[in-house]
Amino acid sequence: MAIISTSGLSRTFRTKQGEVHAVRGIDLTVRAGEILGFLGPNGAGKSTTLRMLSTLLPPTGGAATVCGHDLLRDPVAVRRKIGYVAQGGGVDPQETVRSELVTQGRLYGLPRPEATARAAALARDLDLTELLDRSTAALSGGQRRRLDLALGLTHRPALLFLDEPTTGLDPGSRAALWALVRRLRDDHGTTVVLTTHHLDEADALAERLVIIDGGAVAAEGSPAALKAEHGADTLQDAFLAITGRGPAPVDTTPVAVQ
Amino acid sequence: MLLHDTAVLFGRYARQTLRSPFQIFFGALTPLLYLFFFGPLLTGLPLGRAGDSWQVLVPGLLLQLGLFGASFAGFAVIMEKNWGVLERMRVTPVSRLALLLGRTLRDTVLFLFQAVLLVLAALLMGLRAPLPGILVGFGFVTLLTFSLASLSYVLALRLPSPQEFGPAINTLAMPAMLLSGLMLPMALAPGWLDVLSHFVPFRYLVDAVRDAYTGHYATATMLYGVLAAAGLTVLAVTVGTRTFRGAEA
Ligand SMILES: Nc1ncnc2c1ncn2[C@@H]1O[C@H](COP(=O)(O)OP(=O)(O)OP(=O)(O)O)[C@@H](O)[C@H]1O
Ligand SMILES: [Mg+2]
Repeated sequence: MAIISTSGLSRTFRTKQGEVHAVRGIDLTVRAGEILGFLGPNGAGKSTTLRMLSTLLPPTGGAATVCGHDLLRDPVAVRRKIGYVAQGGGVDPQETVRSELVTQGRLYGLPRPEATARAAALARDLDLTELLDRSTAALSGGQRRRLDLALGLTHRPALLFLDEPTTGLDPGSRAALWALVRRLRDDHGTTVVLTTHHLDEADALAERLVIIDGGAVAAEGSPAALKAEHGADTLQDAFLAITGRGPAPVDTTPVAVQ
Repeated sequence: MLLHDTAVLFGRYARQTLRSPFQIFFGALTPLLYLFFFGPLLTGLPLGRAGDSWQVLVPGLLLQLGLFGASFAGFAVIMEKNWGVLERMRVTPVSRLALLLGRTLRDTVLFLFQAVLLVLAALLMGLRAPLPGILVGFGFVTLLTFSLASLSYVLALRLPSPQEFGPAINTLAMPAMLLSGLMLPMALAPGWLDVLSHFVPFRYLVDAVRDAYTGHYATATMLYGVLAAAGLTVLAVTVGTRTFRGAEA
């Protein structure tokens, strides 16, 4: 069963310099319970697509169904079922870790006692228990990223969008996040759509990859299939072949330091 | 849903304000300075209105407090937008209108508290006014701060670049203050200035509060004041709702 299906989903931004066609007609189907890696070079349109699918940004073209609800006609129903962790996070430096987690629960309609209990459980899952009463302004980058994730998981969403969730995480935290994503899927059937620039991560975690470039789908398939198709040993080589961004020729000119 | 969400957000913003006593009192500072160091200059001067000089000045200072305090409220939402907090909230099913009301209610309570401080200080300085009149004054401050804070949030979200927010507010608030006769009544103004001031809605509010402070409630001035305040409130709620409902706020 498809939990996301889009047809011709597009977004054009109007800027002073002219139009930016960030996403040009994407047809995407994501099965329930799947871990999907959404890859592409910088500026390919990954964040824009995720922001459209999570109701934050109205598409300028096309249509989409998310969790059984029409994205445009019933955004509130979609919001109830999805979690979204933005690439830049969304934490208020004037609050503590605990108050952010509790408020998030309250915004999803949990009564205060439940929201408080949920905050404690999330803190346990994301190794934030020691930090609960700390101001979020005093968190390290990786700690704040874990808080962002906890905020996105507050209401046990059926579908989770993670925009570069492991950027800034140390290897231990990254491994913990991979384990968490797998556990969410295995124990709760959560569908996860995540973007990443770490192709080893995509290779290890995602069952299926969609690679976009210039706002359009350039390739899709399992990591193994994509590698085989391009005769590549690593996902990185397959990615570079697909997006036509091979390694730059080595420049032998001496680097001027002064 | 709307009530629940508004209460949750009001609580969050109210706690943020309570953690910063400076923020609580700062807004009252400018009007208090006017009260202490400008007010005494007016005693005994003919101000072209019924009542003594305090009954004329204090209503003006009350609205000055609301005008300047509330119109800068939008700064907070610019910060929240930059931190990604606004987007994080917009992806939850929280009522869009509550995203606006939670803040504006906090602002309204804050400015009302400052208005009470100001009036208490004015009583010490020599203000004498009937209690119902003083309460009517607070009513106008409430409507004014509620609508201006909402409009300020709208402006903050709609401006293409947030650096323009401060200058934009100053450009609007300064002439609004001068043209509505907040410091000295427009009754003193030459004809052209008086005519011009009729296009500034705050003028009707301040004149109405001045009537109330001298115990005149059933006047045409009061009617215009109520109409202007109601108009502002309707405008603010309409524009505010539309902006916060709009998917790109
Ligand atoms: N609000 C906006 N206004 C104008 N252009 C925008 C806006 N948001 C994104 N863009 C443009 O749309 C294109 C896609 O951006 P997007 O953020 O979706 O890329 P991305 O794939 O997430 O890249 P990255 O890997 O760097 O995060 C880029 O060219 C970007 O400059
Ligand atoms: Mg991105």
